[in-house]
This record gives sequence, C-alpha cells and structure tokens, in this order.
Amino acid sequence: MSVPSFDVERVRKDFPILSRELPGGRPLVYLDSGNSSQKPAQVIDTMREHLAQHYGNVGRALHALGSESTEAYEAARDKIAAFVGASSRDEIVFTKNASEAINLVAYAFGNPINTDERFRVGPGDEIVITEMEHHSNIVPWQLLAQRTGATLRWFSVTDEGRLSLDNLDELVNERTKIVSIVHQSNVLGTVNSISPILARVREVGALMMIDASQSVPHQRVDVADLDVDFVAFTGHKMLGPSGIGVLWGRRELLEAMPPFLGGGEMIEAVWMDHSTYAPVPHKFEAGTPPIVEAVGLGAAVDYLTSIGMDAIKQHERELTGYTLDALGEIPGLRIVGPRTVIARGGTVSFTLEGIHPHDVGQILDDVFGIAVRVGHHCARPLHLRFGIPATTRASFYLYNTTAEVDALVRGLHHVQKVFG
Amino acid sequence: MIAESMYQELILEHYKHPQGRGLREPFDAEVHHVNPTCGDEVTLRVKLGDGGKVLDVSYDGQGCSISQAAASVLHELATGSTIEESLSVVDEFTRLMQGRGQVEADEDVLGDAVAFAGVAKFPARVKCALLSWMAYKDAVLRSQA
Repeated sequence: MSVPSFDVERVRKDFPILSRELPGGRPLVYLDSGNSSQKPAQVIDTMREHLAQHYGNVGRALHALGSESTEAYEAARDKIAAFVGASSRDEIVFTKNASEAINLVAYAFGNPINTDERFRVGPGDEIVITEMEHHSNIVPWQLLAQRTGATLRWFSVTDEGRLSLDNLDELVNERTKIVSIVHQSNVLGTVNSISPILARVREVGALMMIDASQSVPHQRVDVADLDVDFVAFTGHKMLGPSGIGVLWGRRELLEAMPPFLGGGEMIEAVWMDHSTYAPVPHKFEAGTPPIVEAVGLGAAVDYLTSIGMDAIKQHERELTGYTLDALGEIPGLRIVGPRTVIARGGTVSFTLEGIHPHDVGQILDDVFGIAVRVGHHCARPLHLRFGIPATTRASFYLYNTTAEVDALVRGLHHVQKVFG
Repeated sequence: MIAESMYQELILEHYKHPQGRGLREPFDAEVHHVNPTCGDEVTLRVKLGDGGKVLDVSYDGQGCSISQAAASVLHELATGSTIEESLSVVDEFTRLMQGRGQVEADEDVLGDAVAFAGVAKFPARVKCALLSWMAYKDAVLRSQA
C-alpha cells in the first residue's frame, strides 16, 4: 500500500526542534519518540495562543476568559473522543499521564466503597498482566494484589518477543477479575492481538484494560473496535505536551467506580460529613486540571488527523523494515523483539555484544547527535526474561527518515571501533 | 566530542582487562550495590589485615565501561594500602566526581583514578563511576563494625 501524500520533509518543517543544532555543530537525530515525542509548531502555537489570549480556570469561572478556557478544554475532550472513536465524550477522562489512568482504574478494584460485584477483589481472585509491561502497568496491579490478597499472574513472552497465549484458558479463568495488557510494547515494538484474549476475558466475566501509550500515537486505535473496558494513553508521546494523559472507559463502568482523587470540581455537593460527586468524567478530575496541556493535546490530535494515522503507520512501517534490515547486518548486534514488520511498531531495541548500552548511547549522542534511550526502559521484568540488564532502543515517529537510520548504523560501527 | 575524552585510554584498558575481578575468600565483609537507573550491579568483598592493611578487594558485577573500569582501578589502588589511605582516596574521588567538572583533581592522591575526571561532566554517569567506590566504603565500615 502506498500513501503518496506523505512527505516526511514537509512534516519535518512543522517541528522547530528538528532544525536545531547540538553543541559542537552536531545535527540532531532524534530517535527517542517512544520515550517522548517532539512537538509541531501547531501544538506550540495553540498552547501559546491559549495562554496569551484565553487563559482562565475551567468549569467554575463565569467571566469571558473562564468560559473561553472551559470551551477550549472541553473541545479538546471532543477531539480526543472522536480521535479514538469513543461513543461519548463523557468517556474521556483527563489524567496527568497513562500511569495515573491505570492507577485510577486499579484503585476502583477491591475498594470497600465500591460495592459493584465486578470490582470486588479479595484473596483467591486473580489479576492478569504480561511479562512485557511497562512498570506503569505492573506496579499499580502489584499494589492492588498487596492491598486485597489477590494473586497477580502474567502471560509470558516468547524468544521472538511475542505474547505466549498457550495457557490463555488456564491463566484467564473464573477467578480472574481484570486483565491489563500493553497494546504495543515500548521495548519490543510488538503489537499484541487483543481479540483472542478479550474473547476469553468475556467468557469468564472479567474486565479488560489496554495500555495504549505506544499505539495511539502511531496507528488508528478505535476503542469501539477494540471493545475492551478501559484504555489508557498519554499526551506527550503523541505530539502533545507532558502533564496530560487520557483514560477512556465504558461509561457505565466509570459511573460504577469510586472517585480516585477528591477535591474541587469533582463534586456535586459537599457537607461537612459527606459529599456527592459530579457526573463522569468530572468525577475523576479533581482540582484545576492541566488546562493548556489538554488544549495542546487537542491540537496534537488535529495535527495527527490532518496527516492521517494510516499514512503515519505506513511511514513507520517502512522505516522499521529498513532498520531491521540494516541492523541485521551489524556483527554482534542482537535485536530484542520481532525481526519482521508484521504486528510490530517502530520501536527497535537491541544489544551489541560486549558493549554496555550506556556506552553505546553516550557515544551516539556525543559524537553523532543521535538521541536513543538506553537502560531497561521501565520494563525491567522483560529484560530479566531475556537475561540482559539493559538495551539500546531506537524509536521512530512520523518525522524520522531513512537517512537518520543510516546515521544510527554509522554511529554503531563507530561505537564498536571504540570498544572493540 | 566531550565523551570521547571521557573514554580515556586508561579507562578502556581497565574495561577490557579488569584487574582483580572475581570474588575471593577469605573476606571480612561482602556488600551488593546497584544503580537502579541503569541496572549496574557490583558485589564487593574486602579482607583486612593487621595494622589497618587492606589485604584484598575482590568484586564481580555487570555494567558499563565506566562502572567496570572504576572497580578495576579501585582494586589496584586499595589493595595493599591502608584503610585510612584508601578511604582518603575514596573521598578525593567522590569530590572529583561530584564536582560537575569544576574541581581540579589531585593526581598525587588519585593516581590512575584521575582518568575519570571527564566523567564528572556527565551527571548521568557519575553514579556509574562511584558505584564500586561507595560499595568499598560500605564494606570497610561493615568489616570494622
């Protein structure tokens, strides 16, 4: 499939940071978008414009600025709802980031103030995650297990970096209350197939959550198509600012869940001894929210839509194929994750024999201006599974080019010369 | 190309040919230190003798060139010296590493460890250099306790 309208050079012009030089006259080669993405002028300008012309607190100020600000904030919610195919804008909860979104959901389980049977968790009940999760989709569930005496279980990962579903029927069973898995791995690049797991989840009457932090920025994700119960993602990985994340949840589940944080704006009425709560989504948005950040995320969604998610996916797919081929020719380089572009996104992690990733990253940055991430990428259990302490990770976005991949390959050859 | 200067020949030599690596018996104390940001680990043992002599510093671990070379240099400097001397080297090394590149290294005290001066300009790497040295200080304190 060719997408002729996609012009990476034109896209790059929208990102001011990509034309800056690093100290010493090095050009910037930014291959760390899986960590956080860069921002187009459209997002930067929209946020500046909001601060300069429209800023006021939302939801409570009656004056002109308050209403303009509220309108912009709520319009961002509409844009995001449309972007992920939510059936109602009220199903979009703004959070600080994906971690908060997952914690918000985990908090609803095994919570004495939540009497809904679906959220009741105690000893003997089970929570299921996978071995390829980011810490943000591990620790909240560990905390839930510790709080309730429930058992935490997980899908294992194959040598190729795919989920092993061999024991699906045993792992997800009548005792399972919630299954929470990553849509696209932030280390392996693997895109997990949700439907076979979801079918089993429905069979046993459990709930299912998806951590879509690495998929929503890179491919069309439609929550109605996915048909799960909760989806978390974050703004800063999808061209928006940091400080804003999103939880999508089925409305009737969100309504059944207790508030996560208490405070201003999440209430209906407050007495000294008790309170009633605002309808969703505001029930979950205590305190002054990240207003400008939400507006910025709305602009990011507009920008992504104008480019087209299918075009972005196709571009990254070509880049990933090119990278897998090029890295495959470097002696001593081992790719950790699938070696084909099938069901895989533009995140490529690898090890270089005998050279620690920190040394790789330091030389790439300092000599070539190449920004990669090194370490365990907040997925330590996955690295333990592969028997390695750390990897070097290149992660792409719509603005990356094959010339940048060539620079990476040259850089890696140089690294091997220094430490060889 | 500041980092190229960080990777002094001496550091690369120690990385490729680590001195005194491997855990040995007997020992008075063993400690295990980790750097949670990068997963570097070191297990380190000290054997002390009469008159405050350091008879052996043995270690094993995994990590980047900076952390591994620092352990190797530590072994060379500490083994055979006295507790007092070695701890003053640790203090000077710590001062150098935490000096953000603004501190003049005392070569008379530091010997080969002066090669790490460039690391101080990289805050993210300072912990790598200090990992085994902090482990050594900890092990000495424990063996005296």
